[in-house]
Amino acid sequence: MHLTPDQEILWQWLWLHVNMTMVYTWLLMLLLTIGSWLVTRHLAGPHEPRSRWQNAAEVIVETIRSQIRQVCPRAREEHVAFIATLFLFIGIANILDIVPGWHAPTGSLSTTAALACCVATAVPVFGIRGQGFVEYFRSYMKPSPILAPLHLLSETSRTLALALRLFGNIMSGSLIVGVLLAVVPFFFPIVMQLLGLLTGMIQAYIFSILATVYIAAALRTKEEGE
Amino acid sequence: MDIVLVFGVTSIVAAALCIVIGSIAPAIGETRAIVQALSAIAQQPDEGATISRTLFIGLAMIESIAIYCFVISVILIFANPFWNHVVAK
Repeated sequence: MHLTPDQEILWQWLWLHVNMTMVYTWLLMLLLTIGSWLVTRHLAGPHEPRSRWQNAAEVIVETIRSQIRQVCPRAREEHVAFIATLFLFIGIANILDIVPGWHAPTGSLSTTAALACCVATAVPVFGIRGQGFVEYFRSYMKPSPILAPLHLLSETSRTLALALRLFGNIMSGSLIVGVLLAVVPFFFPIVMQLLGLLTGMIQAYIFSILATVYIAAALRTKEEGE
Repeated sequence: MDIVLVFGVTSIVAAALCIVIGSIAPAIGETRAIVQALSAIAQQPDEGATISRTLFIGLAMIESIAIYCFVISVILIFANPFWNHVVAK
């Protein structure tokens, strides 16, 4: 039984191997890139009739942007772009589970760890860009410099939690379907698969909302924090 | 008794205990959080969006404890790091 798509190796040469996680990640990246390129190729102006794809893209972008603005009112366009990319990647990876033969790349710890590392890198970068180098690192020294190791510890553990939460949820979904296929073969796995789709969307939402909360905490300036 | 047998039984029992005990506490915690959020929404329906968003974030935090236990029990059963060592003995 394969726990993660990491264990299915497609092609191997000496120490170099390509597993199914990489294949599905690249497929998904291609799908997202080509899809958004196709949609944004001929954008209509504000007073022209727009295509249905442009409408759909605008609805998605506007919804994500308003959700982020509600949590973090000072989010700029670059933060919105980063978080929305995370959400779309995870959400579509989990939604595509309905395609036969698709293994969500988020069901592998390496993908989720990479995503969590992206968040862990982006938070200080955005924080330094938002409030300056000295000011950002001064926030580690609050309320007293003794607590700086604890701040670092909490950043590490929340990165670990981000990765493990997404991985555990998606992996447990496919594992439960795999076990149920052996026990009650016909109807019940379908219900669990439906539940897995719901869980996948909720996890995508939670991952991106947590990233928003972390970025919002890094962007918070002195007068707001007090 | 056979060391492999003892090791296997211990691993499975430990995995079961881990997931059983480890899911009780998050279940109680999530229940309390949902109860509080529901009564808050019932009192102030206008704040429903904010309350449910905060509820989701909190539930995710609480749920990660259960997820840690799940990952540990899956590692114990499917990918036990000491299994090869014990079998080789």
